[in-house]
Parts: sequence; structure tokens; C-alpha cells
Amino acid sequence: MRRQLRDYRLPWVPIAVFAVLLVCAIFAPLLAPHETDKLNILGSKIPPGETSEHLLGTDTLGRDLLSRLIYGARTTVVISLVALGTGGVVGTLLGLVSGYAGGWTDTIIMRIADAALGFPTILVALVIVVILGTGIGVIILAVALTVWARFARMIRGDVLSVKTQDFVTLARIDGVHPGILILRHIFPNVINTLMVITSLLVGQIILLEAALSYLGLGLPPGASSWGIMVAEGKEVIIDVWWLSLFPGLAITIVVLAFNFIGDWLRDTMDPKLRQSR
Amino acid sequence: MQDEQILKVEDLQTYFYTRNGIVKAVDGISFELEKGETLGIVGESGSGKSMTAWSILGLVPKPSGRIVGGRILYQGENLLEKSDREMQQIRGNGICMVMQDPLTSLNPVFNIGNQILECLRMNSAPSPNSLREQAIALLSRVRIPAPEARLAAFPHQMSGGMRQRVVGAIAVSRSPNLLIADEPTTSLDATIQLQYLGMLKEIQALTGAAIIFITHDFGIVARMCDKVAVMYAGKIVEQADVMQLFDNPAHPYTEALLQSVPDLDTNVDLLPSIDGQPPSLDDLPEGCSFAPRCPYVFDKCSEYPPEFSTGPGQVARCWRYHDAN
Repeated sequence: MRRQLRDYRLPWVPIAVFAVLLVCAIFAPLLAPHETDKLNILGSKIPPGETSEHLLGTDTLGRDLLSRLIYGARTTVVISLVALGTGGVVGTLLGLVSGYAGGWTDTIIMRIADAALGFPTILVALVIVVILGTGIGVIILAVALTVWARFARMIRGDVLSVKTQDFVTLARIDGVHPGILILRHIFPNVINTLMVITSLLVGQIILLEAALSYLGLGLPPGASSWGIMVAEGKEVIIDVWWLSLFPGLAITIVVLAFNFIGDWLRDTMDPKLRQSR
Repeated sequence: MQDEQILKVEDLQTYFYTRNGIVKAVDGISFELEKGETLGIVGESGSGKSMTAWSILGLVPKPSGRIVGGRILYQGENLLEKSDREMQQIRGNGICMVMQDPLTSLNPVFNIGNQILECLRMNSAPSPNSLREQAIALLSRVRIPAPEARLAAFPHQMSGGMRQRVVGAIAVSRSPNLLIADEPTTSLDATIQLQYLGMLKEIQALTGAAIIFITHDFGIVARMCDKVAVMYAGKIVEQADVMQLFDNPAHPYTEALLQSVPDLDTNVDLLPSIDGQPPSLDDLPEGCSFAPRCPYVFDKCSEYPPEFSTGPGQVARCWRYHDAN
């Protein structure tokens, strides 16, 4: 019932949020009103809205909050895109092969995926930090190392149900090569799932980056990342509340937007629901 | 009818090696099929009907299943000696299959046109325009109304009967020598069944294909088939021309099956049924596998019976015909 009542128009608000995020990421140096590494102790802790120069106020070191937020968008987009891209491609391919081949191939790939899911991402990140040191690459690596397994698991499950359908058997009877069969005939049936996982994971990855940076495992403290900003603000949250509030809000809004886009994709990608518009 | 042999199966044995022992899914069956001929394979679930089809197609589930003996001669060539690649080509160029469920025989995310065009493209490579016309011609040949508009339809927008006809259209496009239909009408309702069987007959007339029709419905056998093989526990217990089988069933199992078919002319409260269960394939009784359920059972039945000729074009595996031979 909910589906029938649902409005199938494009989700404009989440798309707008996504657009703003992208624009901020790409044009950060042009958009940011101030430099983010310029300290100004005298102009520190200015509350938001007090001066037109610092719309969202300044932090304990006098850095402009709005500028740091805009630069933080850049971090978020880079991490999400690269980590999701690598994790998604690897995970999807492994999931397709695992589900289609079955048997030993399936067992081996899925046990590795289980192991990858079993390690908390934060622990993986800790290990990488010990080996490679901190930095944006560490976060991307840690996220990609766990995120591929989610793709692999979900896609495999879908493939298992798709491959029992007769059209797969008929294609085999017709002599279609397994690789072509997987990519041309089975893959289009799982795109739906793929889109949904991707959009949901974007939210989780942003949170993960925030968590890692908050713990000091990700970017160096001076860098602009929403997670770091929340972390810095927590020390002084009673009197300088806006330091944590605005980056926290930014995280919430972006994560919500991606969830809405994911929901919308799920409803529109399915040919059955698409027709009922 | 031309006297041209399409398929000859000799003593085919397909076994499954499981934790509980060897399951003899297909145990020494033989039959022949000529061009334009239709063979019905009848039997209960688990009697080895479908596995016979998979064996011919070379798609026995690995690694547990294996063809351990016999020969499958397709146009004179033994399919069991072919490599996977050769089998793919043979299947692609001449053996078609229609499956049980029209709902899943088409890929749900592509429209009908896409799927038919893809099959046509596999056969030849003329211009896209003429392919489209061919596709429309195919659809009208299987009597789909407004074929041009249907090309853009997705499978879920069509009824079961329609979808089954699209599958039929694809089968025609391959101009198969051998068409294997595995209970293609079980999921259709009665009127659509009739239409569909008519369509299969038309496909056969058009392409001269030999058809193996796997079913458990004697009504369909009577309508479609030239000859029938009755399978029980992995073996063909009786093989006969269709009329001969109906008029004069030789094997007790065939007899019992025919008795359990409802008849419009007679009024019965309860249809006769066969007592007991089909034997488990990994634990077959000694001797005739039907013996435990057979009303005529006698001493000799503890030994598996060979084929006895029981009439013109009819053979049955039952000791009752031992003396007659």
C-alpha cells in the first residue's frame, strides 16, 4: 500500500543536498570565505551569527567554521568515492562469481568475506595506522577492506535467487559463455540491490570517517574533516556548542539525503514498480 | 514422416554420488527418436524424467552427478564424447528446451524485443532493421496480438500464456532439431495449456523438430505424442506407440497409472490409487523396483526383469510376459 501511495517524483531535496556537497568539494578554495589554517586567537570562539564575517562563528583557535565545513565536504566526497568505488567493484565482482559458481569458490570467497566483516573497521584501521601511519589513505584502505564484503554478500544472495530462474538455465543450454552470462544476463538483475547498498553505505562511510578521525586514527588533527571538527568541539561543548553542532548537522543531513536517494532508487529501479507510476 | 534418426539413447546411466550412497537417477534407459516424432516420457516425480533431459543436454549437475554409462547419439554423434565447448555449440545449434515455468524463462529486466533480438543475433548478423521485422514475424507466428507493441513490453506485463508463447517464439527462431519440453504446461491453466500444445505442434510442423515431452499428464500424452516411455525409479518400464499403450498397457505400473486418470464418462467416488510410495533411489529393492506395490507380484519378481516384447512396437519390463516370449 505504501508503495502505491508513494510519490514517484524525483527526491529533489536529497538531490540538492548531494549537489551542494559536490560543489563544496570541487570548489572549496573558491567558496570558503577564509583560510582554514590561519589562527586568530583574538577572534576565537565567536558565536554564529554575531558577525557577518564569520557566519557560523569561529572555533577555539579562531578558525572560520564555515570554511572548515566546506573543506570538510571535500574530504568526505573523496573518501566516499574512492573507498566505495574500489570496495564496490571488487565486492560486486566477487559476489557475482561466488553466487554463480557455488561450491568451493563460493565457500572460499564467503569465508573471507565473513572474516572481513568480522573485524571491526576501527580495529582494521588501527592495524593499518600502526603499519602505515595516519592519513586519508588509511581511512580509504580501512573502509575499502571491510566494505567490499558487504557488497559481495548482498550481491551473492541476489545472484543465488536469480540463477535459479529458468532464463539462466536456458542461456546455458544455448551455450552462452559463463562470463557473458554473469555480466549481461545476471548483473542487470542485481543493479537494483547494488544501487541501494551503495547509497546506504555512503552514509555509513561518512560516519565511519567521522568516527576514525574523532579517535585520531584518520586525518591529522589540524585537517578539516567533519569528524575531526565534532571531536574538537566535544572538549568545549558547554560554552562553544556550535563547534560540534554544525559539522554534526552536516553529517546527519548528508547521511539522510543518501538514504532517501537509496530508497527512491530501490523503488524506481524495479521494472515492476516503475510501471505503476 | 521422414525416416531420419535425430536421437538415439542407449543404456544411459546417470548416477549421483551422495553421502547416503549412489543414487541411480537414470539407470539404463534406451530410446530412439526420429525427425518430426514426439516421444512422451511419463512418470512420477523423481522417476528420472528430468534427469534424462539434463543428461542429453550434458548439464547433469556436477560434481555429484555423473553419466556413468551408455551412449547418447545425436545425429549419429555420441554426445558423451564431446567437450564442454563442443556441447555448447551443439546445444546452441539444434537442441532447444522449454522449461516448466514461463514466469522465469524470460529475464525480468529486459523487454521482450531485446530478448528475442539477442537470440536472433546469435544465429545470424543481418541489419538491425530486418532483425526487428523477423522478431515481429516470430511473435505473430506464435499468435501474439499486436506484436510490434509487444516488443517493448516487459515480461511481468504479460500473462503466463503470453510469456510461454514468447519462449516458443524464441524456440522457433533457433529452428531446433530437437526440442525438449520439461512439463511446459504445468503452470498454465487448462485453456492456455491447450493453446500452448497447439503451438508446440505448429513449431514442430514448421521446423520438423523431434520433441521429447516430459509430463505426468496422460491427457497431454494422448494429444501430443507418437510414442511413450513410462519411467519408474530411473528405468523405462514400458515403451510403446501411444495408441497401443492406451489400449493395451502391458506393465502393471502403466496399468495402475492409467486407472488413476479421471474419466468423464464413468462416475466414481474415489479414483484408484497406487498403494505405497515410490522407492527411494538410493535404496532400491532387490529385483523389480515396482514389486512392493504391484498387485501381480510373484516369486520371479525378486530378479530384475529384462525387456519383453508385449505387442507391436511395445516393450515392457515385467516377468508376466516371460512365458509368452
